[in-house]
Parts: sequence; C-alpha cells; structure tokens
Amino acid sequence: MGAAPLLEVKELVKHFPIYKGWLVSKQIGSVKAVDGISFTINRGETLGLVGESGCGKSTTGRLILRLIEATSGEVWFEGQNVLNLSRDEMRELRKDMQIIFQDPYASLNPRMTVGDIIGEPLRIHGIATGREKEKRVRELLEVVGLSSYHARRYPHEFSGGQRQRIGVARALAVNPKLIICDEPVSALDVSIQAQVINLLQDLQEEYGLTYLFIAHDLSVVKHISDRVAVMYLGKIVELTDKDSLYENPLHPYTKALLSAIPIPDPTLVRERTLLEGDVPSPINPPSGCRFHTRCPVAEEICRHEEPAFVDVGGGHYVACHLVHNK
Amino acid sequence: MSKQEMALSSAVAKQHNAEKEPKGRSLWADGWRRLRKNRLAMLGLFIIVFMTVLAIFAPYIAPYDPIEQLIWTKGRAAKLAAPNKEHWFGTDLYGRDILSRVIYGTRISLTIAVAASVVSLVIGVTLGAVAGYYGGKVDDFISWLTNVIYAFPFLLFVLSIVAFRPASLALVYIAIGFVSWPSIARVVRGQVLSIKETEFVEAARAVGASDFEIIFRHILPNVIAPVIVQVTLGMGSMIMTEASLTFLGFGTQPPTPSWGYMINQGREYLLSGQWWWSVFPGIAISLTVLGFNLLGDGLRDALDPRLNK
Repeated sequence: MGAAPLLEVKELVKHFPIYKGWLVSKQIGSVKAVDGISFTINRGETLGLVGESGCGKSTTGRLILRLIEATSGEVWFEGQNVLNLSRDEMRELRKDMQIIFQDPYASLNPRMTVGDIIGEPLRIHGIATGREKEKRVRELLEVVGLSSYHARRYPHEFSGGQRQRIGVARALAVNPKLIICDEPVSALDVSIQAQVINLLQDLQEEYGLTYLFIAHDLSVVKHISDRVAVMYLGKIVELTDKDSLYENPLHPYTKALLSAIPIPDPTLVRERTLLEGDVPSPINPPSGCRFHTRCPVAEEICRHEEPAFVDVGGGHYVACHLVHNK
Repeated sequence: MSKQEMALSSAVAKQHNAEKEPKGRSLWADGWRRLRKNRLAMLGLFIIVFMTVLAIFAPYIAPYDPIEQLIWTKGRAAKLAAPNKEHWFGTDLYGRDILSRVIYGTRISLTIAVAASVVSLVIGVTLGAVAGYYGGKVDDFISWLTNVIYAFPFLLFVLSIVAFRPASLALVYIAIGFVSWPSIARVVRGQVLSIKETEFVEAARAVGASDFEIIFRHILPNVIAPVIVQVTLGMGSMIMTEASLTFLGFGTQPPTPSWGYMINQGREYLLSGQWWWSVFPGIAISLTVLGFNLLGDGLRDALDPRLNK
C-alpha cells in the first residue's frame, strides 16, 4: 500500500465513567466501551466492523466523528488528528466525514420536511441557498432513488427503506470522503436490505467514497467490505481482507461467528462452534485475553496475559496466543 | 395495452405528478385531522371560542352596563329580581344585570388564563429546556426547585404573595403563573432529555449544527405538542384559582365583574331562595374549565407522537 490511508485510528479508548451518590458523587467504575483499538482505512475501500451488540462498534464510529469525546487515542484523517481540532476546525471537517444511522425512524426529525432535512447540511455550510439549494436537494433525492417531489413530504409518509435513502441523501449532501455506516440495514426487511446495500455500493463507485461499515451480520459485511475487523468487548481481535477472513479465520471468536451464519442448504452438515455463556460485562472485563471465558480452546496463558494484536503475515492481524505460538 | 400505450400513460402520469407535486402532510395537519374527529374535543374548542367571542365583544353583546345599578333608574323592582324576560339571569342586590356581569366576567377569566400561561410558559420552558439539555448540577438544582414549588400548598402560596402587596390584576397573573410553571418545566425537561439522545439530533451534530440550531430547530419543535396539552389543561385550573382567590377577597377587586366575586357575594342569598346570583357565574366557570379540559384531553390524543410511526 503506497498511498497514505484516509483514516488511521491509533489506540482509541473510550471509558464511560459510572457515578454514584447524590450531591457529592463519586466515580465508582467505568464502562470500557472501546479499549485501545487501532486500524486504518484506505481511500475508496470499505472496512467492515463486526461484533455482537455492546462490543463498542457503534461507539467507535461516533468517536471518529467526535459525537462522543474519546478518553484517549488518536484519529488521523488526511494528516490531522481529529481529536485535537477546535470547534471551528471540526465543523469544517464535518463536510468530509458523515454518518448513516441504524434506525430510519429515529434518524429523521419528524417535524421537518424531507427537503429541509437534506438541505440542512447545505444551509449550515453555506454550500447552496435558495433555488440552488432546492435544486441540489432534488438532485440528491434522485441520486438515492427517490423522486424529486418527495422533498415536500414529511418522514412519516415514507417506508423504512425510503427513510434510509433519505438518510443517505443527507449524508451525501456535503460531498463527504468518508461515510460511517452504523448498521444501516439492520433495521430493514431482508428484501430492502439488498437494495440499500446496492445503493451504497453504486454511490461508492460513482463518488469514490470510503466506508466504515458497522454491522453485526457477517453475511452483509461479506458482501460489501474489502477488509473486515472483528470486535469483541472493546477490542479488535482480528482484522484482515475479506477473503482470508472468511476462508481462513484464525481467531476462535471469528470462527464461532462464521459458523453461526446459516447456510441456505438443509442437506449440508457442518461443524458448528457454539459459544457458551453471555458476553462478560465491559465494566469488569476478564483479565488476560478477554475472550478466554468463552473460548473453546483457551489455555492457561490466556487467563493472565493479554495477547498482542500483530500481523501474522500478509496484513492479517490477530490477537490470540494460540495463533502466535503456533 | 401495448407497450407504446403504456409508455405514453406513464409519461402522462409523470407529467401529472410534476404539476401537482403533492405537498406533504405535516404532523400538525395530521393532529388537526384527528382532533376534528373527536367530538368532545370539538365541543371544548367550541366552548372556548364562544367564551372568547363573548369576552371580545362584551360591550356589544351584554344587554346592560355590568356596573350600572338599575335600581336608580328602574326602581326597587330591579333589586334581586329573579330571572325574567328583561333580565335572563336576574339581578343582584345592587340591581346589576347578572347576565351582563357574567358576560363581562369572561374577560377576567380568559385574561388570567392567557397572561398567567405566558408567565408560566416563559419560566417553565426556559428552565425545563436548560435542565434537560445541559443536565448535571444545573439539572439537579432546577429539578429541586421544581419539586419545592410543586410541593408547596398552591393557594396558600399565591395568598402569601398577594397579601404582601396591594391586590392588583397584574399581581394575580404573575402569582398564578409563578406557581404553575413547574408542571410545564417537568414536561419540557423530560421531552428534551429523550429527544436530545435521538439519532436525528446526533445527525444534526454530525452535520455541524450549533447548540442553538439543535435546540431551536430540532428539539423545541418536538416539545411543543406536549406543552400545548399541558398549557390547555393548566388554563382550566388557572381560571379556578383566580375565582378562588377572588372568592376569598384577594383577587380581582370590585366593582370589576368577576365570577369568583359574584359567587362570593351571592352565597349568602343561596339558601334564602335567590340562587341566581351565585349559580349563573358558577355555571360559567364550570363550562369554561370543562371546555379547556375537553380540548386538552383531545389534544393529548391527537398530538400523541406514538401514533405517528
């Protein structure tokens, strides 16, 4: 990889403090939502970020956009550390980074027309006003597969899939370079999911977009991603290109996730790794390797020592003692 | 239908659409549609509109001057006269026409409802929004203050404010408004708390909107509906409070025609058979409060955001 990556995340940490007490409150602990993760995204590629709910993947997306302030770490976007930017610089940067949300019902203001919703970024950044703004809004609606006359309608007059397209149009309005897709299809019907995914792919091709695609569904991620990172309890456990992840998963957690994908062929029998127990609490994560409490192959060392996240060859990163020691 | 015909008809349909450009139905329009179907709410609205018309055009509607003591012009027959053709609601001890006084009384009651609501809205919305949006210690303090005022005996509190100063109408507005803001502050705070966590607020932040824009464009428009419900329901109780205060002699001062004052004066004659002096203003109060409550309940159903999904 010659060119510098578009986005580089280094040792990003977010601990949410937990307070107790009235008048005089005391911090009694913290939720370690994101606990030191590093990855890069190259221009024009799609990085899939998968994990169970509560593993910190959505928090990661919001930390990059500074919708939540990070506890520590660095986020480099085109040569500047996003986390150090001033209010005004950040506002400027928001033209380059956008987000698409999971819930198409909660992500659109019910009191605003679709035209006002999509036009808001144009207004805030002074990109277009008046007639020109209206024209641009109509263009955007058509780009995402809606009709230009939809601009005068309100969000509640649309279906879930249509609303998600409106969300995509709003994100596109500022001509961003990076779009963080926070489970953009998980709330949609399966038949609609494919449409939205295809739309995202078409847009990527047309506008050279870069995606961080957050999902809990490995089969959706497989379709759209170039590389995939697997997250567990605030850490990335494995990161590699799509093919080696699906053909040759190294981390036991990834293996378990992959074996949980249903195959549409009832005659096919395969070995399934079933994970036992629940995800441990992120307030008090297990010592050593965080996965050892549920890992089918854990050894003594996994209990005490945290495995390093290293390249085991060809850009295939994994954090597992058993893989490292092989 | 041949392919050509189909293409043609779809082209025609497209043109048709472009010309019509159907306009969206806002949530307000939706709410109004639902409200119109609610007969009780429309009855409430009718009562309020009716009372408002009486208040505005009182001098043209009332058959007599509300303060004029007809006893001087018409003789003793005009004193404590039972309802008759000339005086539909009868007259009082001083020979004043009760119908005219009841009509003029709408002015005091509705003015109180509106003015005290404005006072409580200004305080309640500001404090509620600040508490909900900024949270933390600010929220702790405002919520504490809200609870203190909420817990205070309402009438006693107003009485103690009014007792300090010579009674005046403005003081009554302010006093009633000052004790009614907590219910509005609570509603606003709760709504702001939940709305500021929604994804559309997050989206606005991601797009670069300022705090000011987020509060005024995204949060407050979504708070208005429950506030309208709260204020409408509150107006009924404000009218009751004014009548109670006046009944106790701390509110509107004579000879201004006020319902509470009329009930107070007429109460001594209730048992001796001259019921009309107290009963007609009593009916007027009940009707107006009923109107506000019916409309408030209807608005609550019509504007309920849970129905909009």
